[in-house]
Amino acid sequence: MTQQPRILYCNCTYAKVVPAETKREVLRRLSESGAAFDCVADLCEMSARRDPGLVEIASAGNVKIAACFPRAVKWLFHAGGAPFPNDGVDVLNMREQDADEIVPLLLNGHPTAEVPVP
Amino acid sequence: MSKLTEARLRVVLYEGSGSETIPVGDRFALMSELLDSGYNVTLVNGKGEVGGSDGAALVVLGRFEGDTPSFAQADGADDGGAGVTFTDIRGKDTAAVLAAVQQVGEVKETVRPGDWKPWFPVIDFDRCTNCMQCLSFCLFDVYAVDKTETITVQNQDKCKTDCPACSRVCPEVAILFPKYTKGPINGDIVRDADIQREAMKVDVSTLLGGNIYAALRDRQRDARKRFSTERDESRALIERRRCLKKLQGDLDIPDEVLMSLPSVGDIEERAARAREKAEKRRARSQTVKDVRPAPSQEDWGI
Ligand code: SF4
Ligand code: SF4
Repeated sequence: MTQQPRILYCNCTYAKVVPAETKREVLRRLSESGAAFDCVADLCEMSARRDPGLVEIASAGNVKIAACFPRAVKWLFHAGGAPFPNDGVDVLNMREQDADEIVPLLLNGHPTAEVPVP
Repeated sequence: MSKLTEARLRVVLYEGSGSETIPVGDRFALMSELLDSGYNVTLVNGKGEVGGSDGAALVVLGRFEGDTPSFAQADGADDGGAGVTFTDIRGKDTAAVLAAVQQVGEVKETVRPGDWKPWFPVIDFDRCTNCMQCLSFCLFDVYAVDKTETITVQNQDKCKTDCPACSRVCPEVAILFPKYTKGPINGDIVRDADIQREAMKVDVSTLLGGNIYAALRDRQRDARKRFSTERDESRALIERRRCLKKLQGDLDIPDEVLMSLPSVGDIEERAARAREKAEKRRARSQTVKDVRPAPSQEDWGI
C-alpha cells in the first residue's frame, strides 16, 4: 500500500447523474490545490472494459475516490476485475455530498496541497 | 465490447522539472475538456503520488522549457513500455491540445472515447444469494453462470439502455445500475423500506396474473390467431404491447425493450435453460460443499 493518499476524481462523462456543479467545483478546486492527482473520464466505462487501470488503483490502496455511491463504486471495481482491498479505499459521493464537504476530505493528509477557498 | 486487449491512452499533464507551471485557470479548462472528451488525465507536478503504469500509452503534455524532454526526465510518467508521446502545448489553445491528443490516439490506434454502452447491471455480491431470478428473467442473455456456478454479468452490451427491470426482480436488491437516477438501484444504501416496497418485490411468476411465460405465450398465440385471420400486423403488435403494459408499468421497462422481446419460442427456451441450471444447482447442493437449500421452481419464478 502506498503511504501517501492518492486522489482519484471520476468525471462521470457519459451520464448526467452527478450534479454538474459539484463535478465542476471538485475538479476546479483540486486543480487549484497544487496536489498531483488522477482523473478518469468514467469509472463505469473502465469497469465495462475491465480496464487494467482499475487493478492499478485498487491494488495501490490508500486512495480517495471522488465519484458516486460507495456501493456502486465498490462493485464496479469488482465487476472490472479489481476488487477493493479490505481497507485503504475511501469513496466520496458527488451525487450526495457537495464540493465544500468533499474537497477537504480528498486533500486531508496530502503533504503539500492547500485546500482552496470556495 | 472487446476487453483487456484494447490499447488505451492516458493523458499526463506534466508540470514537473523541465516544464513551466500552467496557470490554474488554463489547467482546469484543459483537464475539463479532456475529461469531457473521454480521456483519463493525470496531473504530475512532483507534489503527491499518482498512478503508476497500467499499460496504457501515454501522451505527456507540458510547457517544456528548452527541448522536448526525454522519457527518463519525465518523473512520474511511467508508461510500462506502451509508448510515450511528448507534446509541447506552449501557445496552443484547448481545442488545439485536444486535437493533438486525438491524433496520438489515432496513430496508436487506442480505444475511441465514447465507443461503449454506458448502461449495464452490476451485482452487489454482499447481497446476492445466487438465486438466479435475474438470469431466468432477463430475455437478452445479459446474465450467465460462471465456472463456480455463480451468477455473473456476461454480455453487458446486450443490456437494453434505460431498462432496470432485472433489478426490480432481484429479491435481494443486489442489482445496481450506477447510472440510474433513483436509489437503491443507483447504489444508494438499501433500506428496509426498499426491500419491502412493492416495486422492489415484483414476483415474476405472478406478473400478468400468473406464470409469465405461459401468459406471454397465450397472449401472443391469441395475437397471432388474430393476425392470421385479419392479416393485420399492427393489430398483433398492439396486442403484444397491451399484454406487456403491466410489465412495463411495474418494472419501468422502456418501449424499445417491449417491442424487441424475443419470440415465445425464445422465451420458452430460456425458461428451459433456467430450469436446467436449477437442476444443476440442486444436484450441487446435495454435495457436502454447498449446504444452502436448492431453489424450487417457484423460487426461480419459472
Ligand atoms: S462510478 Fe459513479 S460517478 Fe463514476 S462514472 Fe460510474 S456512475 Fe458516474
Ligand atoms: S436475482 Fe439478485 S440475488 Fe438472485 S442471482 Fe440475480 S443478483 Fe443475485
